[in-house]
Amino acid sequence: MKLKLITAAAATLMAAAPAMAELVFPSLSYRTGPYAANGIPFADGYADYFTLLNERDGGIGGEPIRMVECETGYNTEKGVECYEATKGEGSLVYQPLSTGITYQLIPKVTADGIPMHSMGYGRTSAKNGEVFRNIFNYPANYWDGASHAVTHILNENDGDISDKTIALVYHNSAYGKEPIRTLEELSKKHGYDLTLLPVDHPGQEQKSQWLQIRREKPDYVVMWGWGVMNQVAIQEAVNIRYPMENFIGIWWSGSENDVKPAGAGAHGYKALTFHNFGTDYPLYDDLQEYVIDAGKAAGAGDQVGTVLYNRGMYAAMLAAEAAKTAQEIHGTSAITSEMMRDGMEALEMTEEKMAELGLPNFGPEFTVTCENHGGNGYGAVAQWDAEAGEWNMITDYFQSDQEVLAPLIEADSMAYAEENDIEPGCD
Amino acid sequence: MPEQVLWGMEVFLNGLMAGVLYALVALGFVLIFKASGIFNFSQGVMALFAALTLVGIMEGQVPFSHLINAALGTDVHHFGWHVPAFAAILLTMGVMVLLAWAVNQFIFRHLVGQEPIILFMATIGLAYFLEGFGDIMWGSDIKKLDVGLPQGINGMIDEVTYNIFGYGFFIDNLDIWATVIAALLVIVLTIYSQYSKQGRALRAVADDHQAALSVGISLKFIWVLVWSIAGFVALVAGIMWGTKSGVQFSLSLIALKALPVLMLGGFTSIPGAIVGGLIIGVGEKLFEFLVGSMIGGATENWFAYVLALIFLVFRPQGLFGEKIIERV
Repeated sequence: MKLKLITAAAATLMAAAPAMAELVFPSLSYRTGPYAANGIPFADGYADYFTLLNERDGGIGGEPIRMVECETGYNTEKGVECYEATKGEGSLVYQPLSTGITYQLIPKVTADGIPMHSMGYGRTSAKNGEVFRNIFNYPANYWDGASHAVTHILNENDGDISDKTIALVYHNSAYGKEPIRTLEELSKKHGYDLTLLPVDHPGQEQKSQWLQIRREKPDYVVMWGWGVMNQVAIQEAVNIRYPMENFIGIWWSGSENDVKPAGAGAHGYKALTFHNFGTDYPLYDDLQEYVIDAGKAAGAGDQVGTVLYNRGMYAAMLAAEAAKTAQEIHGTSAITSEMMRDGMEALEMTEEKMAELGLPNFGPEFTVTCENHGGNGYGAVAQWDAEAGEWNMITDYFQSDQEVLAPLIEADSMAYAEENDIEPGCD
Repeated sequence: MPEQVLWGMEVFLNGLMAGVLYALVALGFVLIFKASGIFNFSQGVMALFAALTLVGIMEGQVPFSHLINAALGTDVHHFGWHVPAFAAILLTMGVMVLLAWAVNQFIFRHLVGQEPIILFMATIGLAYFLEGFGDIMWGSDIKKLDVGLPQGINGMIDEVTYNIFGYGFFIDNLDIWATVIAALLVIVLTIYSQYSKQGRALRAVADDHQAALSVGISLKFIWVLVWSIAGFVALVAGIMWGTKSGVQFSLSLIALKALPVLMLGGFTSIPGAIVGGLIIGVGEKLFEFLVGSMIGGATENWFAYVLALIFLVFRPQGLFGEKIIERV
């Protein structure tokens, strides 16, 4: 009897309450498979930030957030299945954390009118918003990364690297090949020699590549790796006594996972980044109070503060800020994916805003426009301190070489527009 | 001596060392196939599972801690002790024997007499089960494995070759250890199979299941024994590869490196696994060194299979495999 009364009362209350819209953020994560060690912290950071917004602020603009997690296993087919399975839930934006999945979803999200954010990965020329209207890759992309590495090397050599040799050790895949064209163009401009050293998936055996590096002694090694390839490359570099301070990885080769297996030998290894590290931010106090101490942390709750956790959290924060912008633009809290796209296109991240969010000096300032979906191309260089077991930023954020990159992006995006019969423009 | 020749010699030696590491993985396949006719798809995952268990025991990690914490609301992750490497290896071996028993008790005991393809399918299922089980038991983070094996360039070889040739060869200390351990492993396995009672029983089962059964050899015992030995070989391979790259899911993919070795050396020969590993290791490294740069590099994965295919065409049973003769 008591149960019936409670059920009836609950039903009455639910009927009387105003209809609450939910803001749906799908999380295409990979907690299993060969890249799980990287997928888990990112997914945890992504989820924990949305949990924080729900617990502390009641969601975004008064609307509760519902995160829908779907396991891709870093498998492109599964990623597409996840997209198809979740798009009908009212998904606002997709962040697949995989270049392969991103490429497959570009035509799909465009047709479905759902925005996709590939933060620091995916198709670089998606920066051109006139062609890729639903794809965003702020605050930095692969070509920015290649330019950041070269700029850093230039800065270390008083602006002259015409007598230097740079070797690119890269994952022999679409992802790994992304920086080649940029590095070749930059080589023409700065006069350095570029050696290309592909490593086949998964990258457990790299003896040939590192013997070649030992023989040819390039002044710098730049790495575009992922997963086990990173750990093996760093270990091989240690084995041949390559100077670690001249070894620079892209941001996907710069987490704790990549350096810790090599122990003390990895000290001094560098990696590019577009966000800061650690937990020394006011936002973490809130995360501790509302999420971690409350027992609501995602996963096992053991990834908080790692590089990839911070990156996942940053990705969620940028999505939330774009949603807020969309709510402001359209004057409604119950936004749709089309409105979300508008919000992303009008996103402006300033240091003031980041400080308000509890993340001062965490990420670069950038502005997104219809023409520019990639932000301003700012990044920084970090270095691994093996003794302290932490990454430290050793430069301020600096801009990539827009003079070289802009024509490359224009050419690649226009070729895509022609292939797919897209009329570029901002309407 | 011209630089190219010296570099070629260095590549050759490193190819031999890499080949030993491939052979270590291939050995596990051979042992099980020889004794039971099962192509064990899960051999790579067994190496991962063994290495995960070893690190877990060494670090005093609580197995299934995530599951326990989620179910009981506790926050336990470590026992607070560290187990010395040697003791941890023995304990891990115990776990692998237990796994061998469970595999036979719950899977293969029920599949006696089934077609080889059914047994192969069962090992695929086992591989995926072990992947998930290992994840749940020990977590999926990348773990550093340090059992005290030295890594990095061997200074003596570097110095000696420099004094002789004017160019110091790079040989990884870990690879030297892998070679010594693989040699010991083969010697011990050979002595065991030739001179021990169980070893002779093992060879009898390998030769003819029915005949072995008819003279009172327990097939169940032999299968548990051979899976335990394969588990031990997997542990050795897991230690070597895990020391190189950290213990992580990708360790299971080392099986891909063993396949061309098996194609070349044969599925039934222990010396075949070793010689096959050496040929593949040297072949792929020399091809990459001599031809790789002309055709864009990253040739090793596919060239190993090309090399194996060439051998396969002329000797389908592999270099040391038993010739298949079917009489009408």
